[in-house]
Parts: sequence; structure tokens; C-alpha cells
Amino acid sequence: MADPMRIRAQLKDGGVTEVRVLMAHVMETGQRKDGAGNTVPAHHIQGITATWNGKPVLAAQFGPSVSQNPVLNFSFKGGAKGEKVIITWTDNKGDKRTDEATIS
Amino acid sequence: MQTMNRGRRQTLQSGGAFAIIAAAVSAGILPASAFADWNKAAFDAKTVNDVVKALGGSGIEKSADITITAPDIAENGAVVPVAVASKIAGTQSIAIVVEKNPYALAAQFDIPAGTEANIGTRVKMGQSSNVHAVVKAGGKYFVATKEVKVTLGGCGG
Repeated sequence: MADPMRIRAQLKDGGVTEVRVLMAHVMETGQRKDGAGNTVPAHHIQGITATWNGKPVLAAQFGPSVSQNPVLNFSFKGGAKGEKVIITWTDNKGDKRTDEATIS
Repeated sequence: MQTMNRGRRQTLQSGGAFAIIAAAVSAGILPASAFADWNKAAFDAKTVNDVVKALGGSGIEKSADITITAPDIAENGAVVPVAVASKIAGTQSIAIVVEKNPYALAAQFDIPAGTEANIGTRVKMGQSSNVHAVVKAGGKYFVATKEVKVTLGGCGG
């Protein structure tokens, strides 16, 4: 299992919840060669979903050219302090990780 | 390992990932609409036009209502912050395309109603290139472009 994500969800003025996510992932492109000259196989996050109160607030697809330890910032209308935002990612090796954050 | 058939490997891997997602959906953990299949054709595309075609569009129009926030000069191509904001009403999705990368499409975001058409992430850039933001709104595709110069490449160095 991969390392946990760091998620921050903050309620801003105007009833908008701002979400910032830092995912721990190598995001290997499949282009790089290791010290012995062997190509390192691609290993990257493919799909991300974010839900709030069971309602999807963002879906994303990532390719190999997103940076290592990807960052994702987005915001949505609604949200109240104490409610949860749940983020899930899956990668091309079938690994997945779900973490949640409380809106503050 | 190098001689192994890459196409077959990738097919097997993505098949496995899909099975897990399908299991999660059927178990009711995830809403069925949350996970679309990973759009391999779009991520394999080499140009903006090909990306738009793979996403299901037929043409793109330039738009001044899309703002790309990225550095003019990126010192480290491995980590280039890119944010895209769209003022086009009814924005449904945003895609970030780095023209000269081996895989041009970096990320694609579906924006449901209620979510602001303003997202940010970080991408790798192999060399100086145009960065395109492709926005889908009302079934049409719009694009804005910004050039980012890279002083140190980020794809395998």
C-alpha cells in the first residue's frame, strides 16, 4: 500500500471549499533508464476521484507526464466545517489508495 | 524484461486495474460514474488536435476566457506548476497538454456542476514547449496556449 495522501480542505469566504491534495507516488514515465541501462517500466496514477457527501466533486485522469508526488488543487461550492472530502486514486498497476480530510 | 511485449503488458495491467474498479463500483463503494476508463488513446496522442479527437471533439477554437498560470521560465522541468481557470460558462472538462512531451496529454479533469473550473497541478516537461489548456464546454472544445521555457529537462534527464 502506498503512503497516505496529504489532503487539506478549507472552507473559504463565499461558501467555497478549497481542496489541496499531495499524493505520494513515483509517477514513473516508462521513458527513463536505470543505472544498468534498463528501461524503468511506467508506473503512474491514472484515475482520481474526489467526493463530498457522496457526491463527486472532481474526476481526473493522469498521464505519465504529471510530476512525481502529484499535487492537485481544486475548489467546489458548498461544504461545511466538519464534513468530509474523500479522495481515491488508482494507478496503472492496479494499486489504489483512499484518504479523507475534514473540512476546516 | 526489455524484450517483453509492451503492448501486451499494458493491456494486462489496465485490464487488472479496471477489474478492481469494477469490483469497487459493484460493491457500491464508488459511484458508477466516478471512474471513467482511462482514455489510452488520448494519453497516447502526440498533438493537441489528436488529443481533442481522442476526447471526442472535432475541432478547437481559441478562447481568451481560459487562463493558464505557469512560469514563463521553469528552472526544473520535473516540476512545473500549471493552473488552468476557465470563465467559459458550463465548463465540463479541462485538459493540460504539453506539446513537446512524449505523452502530450498530462492530465484531464472532469468538472461536475458546483465545482469551480479552476484546477492546479504540477507536470513534467522534457523541454521548452507550448502548454495548452483544452476546455470542453457545451460540447465544444476551446484552447488557450502559453509558452514555458525549461532550463533543465524533467523527463529522464
